[in-house]
Amino acid sequence: MAINWFKYSAPSTFYGLAGKLIPFFAWPAAILFATGLYIGFFVAPTDAVQSEAYRIIFIHVPASILSMFIYLIMAGYAALGLIFNTRLSSMMAQALAPTGALFAFISLWTGALWGKPMWGAWWVWDARLTSELILLFLYLGFIALQASIEDPRRADKAAALLAIVGSVNVPIIYFSVKWWNTLHQGATIKMTGTSMHVAMQQAMFIVLVACWLYVIAVALARVRSIILERERNTQWVNELKEVQS
Amino acid sequence: MNKLSLFGLLGLVVRRDLLLAMRRRTDVLTTLVFFVMVVSLFPLGVGPEPDMLRKMASGVVWVAALLASMLSLPRMFSADHADGTLEQMMLAPQSLSVLVLGKILAHWMLSGLPLALIAPVLGLQFDMSVQALWILVLALLLGTPVLSMIGAIGAALTLGLRGGGVLVSLLVLPLCIPVLIFGAGAVEAVNGGMSAVSNLALLGAFMLFALVFTPFVAAQALRISME
Repeated sequence: MAINWFKYSAPSTFYGLAGKLIPFFAWPAAILFATGLYIGFFVAPTDAVQSEAYRIIFIHVPASILSMFIYLIMAGYAALGLIFNTRLSSMMAQALAPTGALFAFISLWTGALWGKPMWGAWWVWDARLTSELILLFLYLGFIALQASIEDPRRADKAAALLAIVGSVNVPIIYFSVKWWNTLHQGATIKMTGTSMHVAMQQAMFIVLVACWLYVIAVALARVRSIILERERNTQWVNELKEVQS
Repeated sequence: MNKLSLFGLLGLVVRRDLLLAMRRRTDVLTTLVFFVMVVSLFPLGVGPEPDMLRKMASGVVWVAALLASMLSLPRMFSADHADGTLEQMMLAPQSLSVLVLGKILAHWMLSGLPLALIAPVLGLQFDMSVQALWILVLALLLGTPVLSMIGAIGAALTLGLRGGGVLVSLLVLPLCIPVLIFGAGAVEAVNGGMSAVSNLALLGAFMLFALVFTPFVAAQALRISME
């Protein structure tokens, strides 16, 4: 039996699939957010050094991880779209960009809230903060370039090229600011084990998974809107129930 | 027409762009005046204490150079785009990457090189030591080509767009941060009594790395923009 592996790479078939998939990601995300934050705020013990203020870690760390991870995924999709000329990949890249920017912003914001009690300053020019800020700029550049080109195919390709150049440059930027200055604490969770309390680990991990599921749900919802917007002149869109009503 | 070698083509493009720029000298001069003005604004803004000025001189000169080179970026391709020359260049049998490299070189000679040459004068205004001035010029000579090269990608991507000038800065500035850090770092290292070699070596590495990849990427960007 031949399986058509590329069936869902067409926007018209993926539109329906994405609509069916969203609840499977959105609901677990909501439940895991609630569980993770409950454990984080009520079950996890108070930190010996940082007392209660450390609890923002449960939002800060997952947001930071995802802001970087989403950039790679976005650049990957954009590259796929550029190389194989698949429309859906470019749409996915476009759909992921605002969420990535949002997480980069949340990461900076919660970091500032954490920095005030810990370091006594909302903002310090530290390597991690600076590179996260640059990551936010890169997201904004991607969104701005995509938005300012009217022809969607040119917009996709131009933004894809920018995302690829950015992803090559991200390690360079990361190391340049790292050598330049640093104050941010090192990673607590390492491959070799961690010094964290079990409840803290669990809460952080659960929120991370929740954020991840949230990203997928939101990206699918947004890609559906992008598909509708771009394919509005096609017959299959006009035959959709939600369009006709 | 006899067939051009790659270097012949490169020379031709550079000569042509320089000639065109010399016919409209104000464009080049405005960038330079802008650079001088921005640098001169800082002592007015933060106050004239020589100690503070000496400390911030390299950073101020670098940021101003970055802004000045952004200012001249939209011009890299726009005139050729407007009169159709760019389309003819893309149809040419020679490598588009080399053509782009020629335009980048010409752009650097008209924006980066004059900035590097005038920087010592501005450095004197900030009471920099002679040794620091030499390092500043050297760092600018190594770093500004990278700005032109990365900028070429942004200029090619935003070709013919509304508000392209602001957009190109938004795209290119974050990518230029490493150059800024190590360029300003070279002078700071000398001021701190250390050797500037590591910073300069990294700047040189950036330049070589950019020299290999950016003409090709900018050529791809032009192809996307001209479709």
